[in-house]
Amino acid sequence: MYQVGNLVKELSDKHGRARESLMPILQGIVEKHNYLTDEAMVEVARELDISAAEVYGTASFYTFLDTSVRGKYVIRVCKTITCSMKGKAEIIQTLEDMLKIKVGETTSDKMFSIVETNCIGWCHKAPAILINEIPYTELTPEKVVEVIKGYMQKKIITGTHGEKRAK
Amino acid sequence: MGKKGLSKVDLIFEKVDPKEVLTKAFKMTSDGIIKEMLDSGLKGRGGAGFPTGLKWKYTAAEKEPVKYIVCNADEGEPGTFKDREILDKVSYKVYGGMAIAGKAIGARNGIVYLRGEYRFLLPQLMKELESFHKMISEIGYDFKINYCLGSGAYICGEESALFESVEGFRGEPRNKPPYPTTSGVFGKPTSINNVETLVTTMMIIKHGAAKFTELGTKDSRGSKVFSVSGDTPTPGIFELELGMTVQEFVNEFGDGDTKAVQVGGASGFCVPRKKFQNTIIGFEGVPTGGSMKLFNSSRSMYNVLHNYLDFFVEESCGQCTPCRVGCQQLLKGVEKVKKGEVKSTYLNELIKLADTMKIASKCGLGQSVGNAFRTIVENFREEIIY
Ligand SMILES: Cc1cc2nc3c(=O)[nH]c(=O)nc-3n(C[C@H](O)[C@H](O)[C@H](O)COP(=O)(O)O)c2cc1C
Ligand code: SF4
Ligand code: FES
Repeated sequence: MYQVGNLVKELSDKHGRARESLMPILQGIVEKHNYLTDEAMVEVARELDISAAEVYGTASFYTFLDTSVRGKYVIRVCKTITCSMKGKAEIIQTLEDMLKIKVGETTSDKMFSIVETNCIGWCHKAPAILINEIPYTELTPEKVVEVIKGYMQKKIITGTHGEKRAK
Repeated sequence: MGKKGLSKVDLIFEKVDPKEVLTKAFKMTSDGIIKEMLDSGLKGRGGAGFPTGLKWKYTAAEKEPVKYIVCNADEGEPGTFKDREILDKVSYKVYGGMAIAGKAIGARNGIVYLRGEYRFLLPQLMKELESFHKMISEIGYDFKINYCLGSGAYICGEESALFESVEGFRGEPRNKPPYPTTSGVFGKPTSINNVETLVTTMMIIKHGAAKFTELGTKDSRGSKVFSVSGDTPTPGIFELELGMTVQEFVNEFGDGDTKAVQVGGASGFCVPRKKFQNTIIGFEGVPTGGSMKLFNSSRSMYNVLHNYLDFFVEESCGQCTPCRVGCQQLLKGVEKVKKGEVKSTYLNELIKLADTMKIASKCGLGQSVGNAFRTIVENFREEIIY
């Protein structure tokens, strides 16, 4: 559980309080707190003066606007055809063994979640994953271990495109 | 590569001086720009292939003072990744195309809808956008672009679902008509174009329509950026002249053992080896937004089909029954056939269902599930059954 009041206000000041501000606000909360709590959605509803059902209804449509508990690092493993052909199953297995959780679960220290996702646009470098927004591609089980270890040890692990993790 | 083979083109990624091209465009009349697009024969690169000049002409004809140009950067079709590369390498040409479109249709505002999966690009894109805004204000032209970010929903690439998402709602496609050119985002006349389409329009202004029509065929003018993946020694992003056959493509990108090519992603068509020679990649044959997946003989086409159906079950917005229930039934159906729980002739029933979905579904998602379904089942029936 996290405190969200100030953040919602901050985000509403930044993006405005019109209906089209809803998505950027929800995205901002997820960016900071990894998922949307009921409290957060009620707070957003109050700030934008719409019903909480509207907020929930919108959020639940979008897979990246998680409404169940997620860790600080959400690992999204691509399961679409090319990644699937090029070793996605081994990537999942490695992650599950290493983090001692299954797909869809979050580690008890709330650091990592593993989820599956559809094509993330790196098929020519399959298999590919996103950790929060950062892509890692052409993975092997060894490479996955290296990346996750880096995250655990708070090292900087540069993604395929050169981005460094933000948190 | 570099063999005789396919003719490579460098139009999309070619470096240009944006100021020069835009200054030229802004001196043209709206009609002049639209005529150039019509003459070029350019068709949209997002998949549907609507003539860009016509889209701009219809939007320009609307009397409403506020209009929008929307850049569709949702790129969710499995196997497509060229828009990511275009934005990464030449975003200034995407912005340039939007400003040209703005001039043509009379819009002062542009929106880029970027898929959430590409959020890592956003800081760089915003910086480049800032330079762009500065540059066009130096030319003395008033045009502003904003970004909207998606959040992991393939259906938001469908134009009216994208508008709903921009407006802060669930990404559920709208009824058509009205078409976006009359009532698009925020209910205003809108021209929505794919990332690559917009870059191409800028290059048409630079080089002229006549030069563009030298490339390609009567039905598929110009060149196109292809996203090549699957069983190939050279996966990646390639700009090629339109008009090649699947055979020519396979000669260049195959691994010597290609048994099928999926053209156009999960919503596209499967072309088996025996049809490589006679199938043209383009609007006269199999159209594609750029997705080209090669499968060699080690792959099970049942797994391919199953993976695609899984994708559609998850990504259907669920708003209309033919698509919501149809996708689930197709998936369950092929599983039952595979397990031998039903006779193999059940596949014919499933093809009928896919045909019904084509007619009865509300949007392009449900309407195109049958493309892959029919072409995979018809060409690889044994692999689906046994
Ligand atoms: C389910 C679905 C997904 C789509 N996804 C995209 C997409 O990711 N990018 C895109 O440019 N067009 C996509 N389209 C096509 C758009 O609706 C629209 O036709 C296109 O953006 C128009 O641009 P163009 O004329 O330049 O191709 C999709 C269509 C459907 C039905
Ligand atoms: S066809 Fe499918 S995706 Fe399109 S509106 Fe109907 S349920 Fe939604
Ligand atoms: S199939 Fe995994 S990135 Fe496209």
